[in-house]
Amino acid sequence: MGRVFTDEACIEVRDLTMAYGSFVIQRDLTFTVKRGDIFIIMGGSGCGKSTLLRNMVGLRAPAGGHVLYGGVSFWDLGPDEKKAIMRRFGILYQSGALWSSMTLAENVALPLGEYTRLGQAEIRELVSFKLALVGLAGFEDFYPSQISGGMCKRAGIARAIALDPDILFFDEPSAGLDPISARRLDELIVELRDSLGATVVVVTHELPSIFAIGNNSVFLDAETGTMLAVGDPKKLLAESRDPKIRSFLTRGQS
Amino acid sequence: MDISFERAADHTVLIRLGGNWNISGGLASTDEFERGLQTEPLPAQILFDAGKLGDWDSSLLAFLAKLTNLCAQKSIPVVRQGLPEGVIRLLELAAAVPEKKDAHKDRQKSRFLTEVGEDVLFAGRSVGEMLAFIGEASLAFCKVIRGKARFRRSDLFLLIQECGVQALPIVSLISLLVGLILAFVGAIQLKMFGAQIYVADLVGIAMAREMGAMMTAIVMAGRTGAAFAAQLGTMEVNEEIDALKTLGISPMEFLVMPRMVALVLMLPLLCLYSNFMGILGGGLVGVGLLDISPIHYFQETKAALSLMQFVPGLIKAVVFGVMVALSGCLRGMQCKRSASAVGEAATSAVVTAIVAIIVSDAILTVIFDRIGI
Repeated sequence: MGRVFTDEACIEVRDLTMAYGSFVIQRDLTFTVKRGDIFIIMGGSGCGKSTLLRNMVGLRAPAGGHVLYGGVSFWDLGPDEKKAIMRRFGILYQSGALWSSMTLAENVALPLGEYTRLGQAEIRELVSFKLALVGLAGFEDFYPSQISGGMCKRAGIARAIALDPDILFFDEPSAGLDPISARRLDELIVELRDSLGATVVVVTHELPSIFAIGNNSVFLDAETGTMLAVGDPKKLLAESRDPKIRSFLTRGQS
Repeated sequence: MDISFERAADHTVLIRLGGNWNISGGLASTDEFERGLQTEPLPAQILFDAGKLGDWDSSLLAFLAKLTNLCAQKSIPVVRQGLPEGVIRLLELAAAVPEKKDAHKDRQKSRFLTEVGEDVLFAGRSVGEMLAFIGEASLAFCKVIRGKARFRRSDLFLLIQECGVQALPIVSLISLLVGLILAFVGAIQLKMFGAQIYVADLVGIAMAREMGAMMTAIVMAGRTGAAFAAQLGTMEVNEEIDALKTLGISPMEFLVMPRMVALVLMLPLLCLYSNFMGILGGGLVGVGLLDISPIHYFQETKAALSLMQFVPGLIKAVVFGVMVALSGCLRGMQCKRSASAVGEAATSAVVTAIVAIIVSDAILTVIFDRIGI
């Protein structure tokens, strides 16, 4: 399977406003994620990156504006249509969010059991394969509490890709990982995009990841409460004149 | 920790710092310096001499930072040159990011009426949330009955084990003691009329109609209701509930329903068991203290308790099961995202459950009285 690069818009965010009660976190967010992109949502701590992600995956309704999937406004749909779109997502949560009462195999098997007609043995086989993909072969019968944080994240990815999703969302994938694990995770993300042909949206503020894997990005700013730039992070570093973006992308050195 | 202030003729103040500054010795007071600032004319500038300074830690830094702030308010220049280099660098670091004035929490007390109003709005919202939760739970329960709800059978069996078998020891103990207490209280009164034998009636009827169900429900509220709230709360903190939602799996069906079904099935059984344990406890008192023969006590109990006497208790047990499960799950699902919120959820689940148990018990007792069962 080769790279699937087309210009087709996969996710469009239009004039999105996010607020907690009357406190507006971000307003007027407008950007487009193309099919096959690894799209980075970046910005300092507390600028609303994770909240934006929650708006995009359907966990939290925005205060205003639209999130469009294939031209359809997600938040205007009925519950069943929403579910149909959400089935195309694979999400890795910040903490991994594995169901702690289930083994890794059961965690990965749950979405397969819910949405496919596969038998027990077939599911077991697929689960082993998905766990092997993320480097966790042989850990089927471990509980999340028995493995390390980095392994939990990878198991979370195995669960996220269980149903071969069209769009993968990653919330701070490398937070809390050592540099080598973080780099392996980056490589895994790129590999998944290339081989599954998925579109990837990553929330992160880890500069090495941003430059290594991102080919498009949006920069959120907490102070002005809106986005300051959209584009390839490498280009932003080379061309942007905005002092906030420059300072973020160079660790405050220029 | 030695400080001395010297004022020169040109109103320059020289502060001599000496000795060891250690945080375990407490912080140095700036009172003397502040008093010095009251007297006119103000110092022209502040100099330091740290020649005799020994070891120092944050106690020195805190003192200097406060002093610098005081001087800044009166716009007196502070010359840091005389201080050790490390101190200068740390003070500069502390001053590098200016204080965010609006970041301090507004400690202003809101007015009484505002607070009352806000509390009323909050209470209204939480009643709304509770009703919405009960509504959703009812819909999900209909799905369970039609066999369409999606949850793992293995979860259900684990929960049944957890809130059935594993609750037996504590239910035994509590019920036995409640039966014992009831018998004691009754015995003292009935002995006055020479009617000790009616202790058997009293204990039997009280356990079967009322105390069995109520005590079991309260034990389960503390034991299982709190556990439900803590489990679901931790899942919320850990984003596990989000992970279910984004997979299109309803947490109501997947998490709440097995818990509710398990409790509703197990509570009546536990209640029945508790009734027998209570009667046994009463029997111990009757036989041991009142000299009633075991057979006589058994006969009397049997005569007093028709099977109908157990019906109100069992109906109550089912209702209490719903109450305990609902309040545990409601508080768990409402949990905010922090460790302390999980504790609050567990506490609040027990309180809600016990209030719900007592209130519904009162209502049911009146209804049973009206319809005569």
